[in-house]
Amino acid sequence: MATFHFELVSPERLLFTGEVEAVVVPGIEGQFTVLKDHAPVMTVLKAGIVEIEETAAKKIRLFVRGGFADVADGGLTLLAEQAAPLEQFDSARLAAEIKNAEEDLADAKTEEAKKLAAEKLDQLNELKEAIAA
Amino acid sequence: MPSLKDLRNRIASVKATQKITKAMQMVAAAKLRRAQQGAEAARPYAERMDIVLANLASGVAAGAGPALLSGNGRDQIHLLVVATAERGLCGGFNSSIVRLAREKVLALQAEGKTVKILCIGKKGFDQLRRQFEKQIVELIDLRSVRQLAFENADPIGKKIIGWFEAGEFDVATLFYSKFRSVILQIPTAQQLIPAQIGAGHAVSEAAYEYEPGQDEILATLLPRNISVQVFRALLENAASEQGARMSAMDSATRNAGEMIKKQTTIYNRSRQAMITKELIEIISGAEAL
Repeated sequence: MATFHFELVSPERLLFTGEVEAVVVPGIEGQFTVLKDHAPVMTVLKAGIVEIEETAAKKIRLFVRGGFADVADGGLTLLAEQAAPLEQFDSARLAAEIKNAEEDLADAKTEEAKKLAAEKLDQLNELKEAIAA
Repeated sequence: MPSLKDLRNRIASVKATQKITKAMQMVAAAKLRRAQQGAEAARPYAERMDIVLANLASGVAAGAGPALLSGNGRDQIHLLVVATAERGLCGGFNSSIVRLAREKVLALQAEGKTVKILCIGKKGFDQLRRQFEKQIVELIDLRSVRQLAFENADPIGKKIIGWFEAGEFDVATLFYSKFRSVILQIPTAQQLIPAQIGAGHAVSEAAYEYEPGQDEILATLLPRNISVQVFRALLENAASEQGARMSAMDSATRNAGEMIKKQTTIYNRSRQAMITKELIEIISGAEAL
């Protein structure tokens, strides 16, 4: 299969660079897969799993949170606010954050705050499921 | 004429100092390597960020777009963010950043503008406080931070944006020291708000699709860009600081070595003189008999 250039960078370091066959990106409006010669797109990321397919047999799964995906002629660049290999992911911390979000939701007074808290909680729960899968 | 005991004490004290400066130099060298790696690792992100921003900003008409990009139309209140080290003993590192900031403050004040100062790092605060006590709005202390992470820079960026949105200032400039090499660090002033988009990047012609809209992306990207710039400045500063300390401690160690040599020569000479004197006394005493 044809390959294209992919880079995953976080503010602290360059996590991945190289030629890949496909990458599954968690976009804010839904997951999408980028293959070679994808049309230029720029999208905001939500917290989730990036699946990098170097070859059909070799897949890497990374956790990202917040940031941007930029598909251009040169390939795909992910600017992630936080990124880490899945093995290093701290599920205890996620559980703590979910609990926090639940408390926020319970404490929220205005409609807007409630909506915000609910969204955040949804995102975190989705993330939990994605990791468990 | 100092006695032999005085000389011995003096040599011992210089030797002790030399040991300290030598140790500090080695610690700085080790820390420098880490700081340099950090600064280099952060570069790709900042570079890609510049390119993405340039791409986006090229689609925005001049003067339009979010206030973070084009300013709020005023230029009366300036915020200077002065990033320095938490510790001294690093040559002219802190002073040169402070000097640059001070010149800027005086120039702005001469133009009749209002100046506010945000200090990151205690050393710059100490130096600026003497002259501009009233202008300093806050000191951010990073003393407890061992390894700089993006989480340290992000709140600073958010705080700056919060002030901007509250109308506390119109233009923000960041002062830090760029790391070139161990012996060369360049104090730099960089404008944060309105954002200066790196010119000269090849803007791709491709028709982008945006998810969600272009404006929404720009609106989330610009604040993040501020945090990234602050983070980059802090990393460059950390590397510069260690570089400056390393070369300062290197010359201090060398100076101590020279001083020890000089004092040892004096010590040996006066010891020899004393022995000769005693011998003369014995001989002339024997002759007198």
